[in-house]
Amino acid sequence: MSTTDTITIEGFTAWLAAFRDRVTEHRSYLTELDSAIGDADHGANMARGMAAVMEKVGASPATTADELFKTVGMTLVTSVGGASGPLYGTLFLRLGMTAGAVAECDAAALSSALRAGLDGVVARGKAEAGDKTMFDAMAPALDAMDAAIASGASLAEATAAARDAAAAGRDATEPLVARKGRASYLGERSAGHLDPGATSTALLFDALAEVTAS
Amino acid sequence: MKKLINDPDRVLADALRGIEAAHADLRVDHENRIIYRAIPKDHGTVALVSGGGSGHEPLHGGFVGFGMLDAACAGEVFTSPTPDQMQEATKTVDRGAGVLHIVKNYTGDVMNFEMAAELAAMEASVEVRTVVVNDDVAVQDSLYTAGRRGVGLTVLLEKIVGAGAEQGRSLDEVVALAEKVNADGRSMGMALTSCTVPAAGKPTFDLPEDQMEIGIGIHGEPGRHRVQMGTASEIAQQLVEPILGDLDFGSSPTIVMLNGMGGTPLIELYLMYGDVAAILEKHGVTIARSLVGNYITSLDMAGCSVTVLRADDEIVSLWDAPVETSGLRWGR
Repeated sequence: MSTTDTITIEGFTAWLAAFRDRVTEHRSYLTELDSAIGDADHGANMARGMAAVMEKVGASPATTADELFKTVGMTLVTSVGGASGPLYGTLFLRLGMTAGAVAECDAAALSSALRAGLDGVVARGKAEAGDKTMFDAMAPALDAMDAAIASGASLAEATAAARDAAAAGRDATEPLVARKGRASYLGERSAGHLDPGATSTALLFDALAEVTAS
Repeated sequence: MKKLINDPDRVLADALRGIEAAHADLRVDHENRIIYRAIPKDHGTVALVSGGGSGHEPLHGGFVGFGMLDAACAGEVFTSPTPDQMQEATKTVDRGAGVLHIVKNYTGDVMNFEMAAELAAMEASVEVRTVVVNDDVAVQDSLYTAGRRGVGLTVLLEKIVGAGAEQGRSLDEVVALAEKVNADGRSMGMALTSCTVPAAGKPTFDLPEDQMEIGIGIHGEPGRHRVQMGTASEIAQQLVEPILGDLDFGSSPTIVMLNGMGGTPLIELYLMYGDVAAILEKHGVTIARSLVGNYITSLDMAGCSVTVLRADDEIVSLWDAPVETSGLRWGR
């Protein structure tokens, strides 16, 4: 891995923009998934939240990762509501705190910052593997990313591995019976549907892989 | 979708403008989407803040006023409000005796109110306590669910605890009263149709003409069972029995609410209440007070819910205490 194999503030900003584009493009699809086992608002909420994020980030560009992601997290917390607001908000707040006052991150630093974000999501939502939540996409993504880094992969290769594992994790939520959130009220009837949160998380890793692809 | 709206993305903002125009005794903070009493309560009394997704009107904004809430935070349709809204409401209504947050047990509401309480604690200026309402017997309370939902009982709790706070009870006493009401009440709901979230533009689920959903919440989420449509008295049976099976009301008097989900006419709600009351009577349950109407709704969903609350003399007298809100108004 070369020393230039990093993601910069511009790269992070491009990641957020790419995530915004994906949740906006898939707004109806996310809402459709949420209609089946939730309350039909995930697409609208994520699209509204990420639009607000890009407006804030555009208005006062950050120079360090902690500054940038604090803005992202607080904007999501204050504009999204529902469960997605606190969960995605906490993810970005913790990610930024762990990344610190730096202008760029290599693959290992990015992975550990993302891992801190996941820990924050777990602390807030108390989800475990197999509960049919965003955890089921994010945890395998980070495991795959770490495994790739350990075997000497570049940033682009590591984020590609994370993207693929997140997608596989998302697909694996389909047969699960939800044990957290509003879908858990359906009991067995929640099986047979993709989890909307895992689906939007897969989009987050898809966006990351795109902007870090060399 | 055929609705009285200007723009699906501006439903809440436009509705808040209407609430302000209609009720001179309310004040609306449009930026933070908070509904307040125009005249704050006396210094030294405990204040009550509630809130949640919109689409359940009159809950919660319709219960702001003398004898009930001090402020209600409105979220987007079916989406919890955010911590900054709740914190702003909490700081504004505090009269130096502490603030009770009344939260319905939904994952998003609980997380956002939790973050709000953390923010308030950081500022260390207001003492905040929380009661999480979880009265829905349709949900098994187990490790494998997010716990029972907060539904119809929220209306009765806001009335009774609001009356207690108005009497000048301490924060501890107000919390104890809220916990007592939550422990002593149960609800069960059903849907004849889905509802249409304006931003989604189409019904949340399809329900064939000859079927109904039993055990719904208040967000258009499907229930636990989809069964063959029945008569009103058969449906009343399916709502009342799980409630009585879950909590022994013994010979205690009760307060019973027959609540409409928003799209069912009052004549059907009264018809249902008659059947519910008859079944309760057959089981030896005495009804001291009743409430029939649309109080905690799911937009345009057709259907109803039943709430039964054990009510001793104290609870009945708090229920009878004067109240002056747009949703409930009597005795002053």
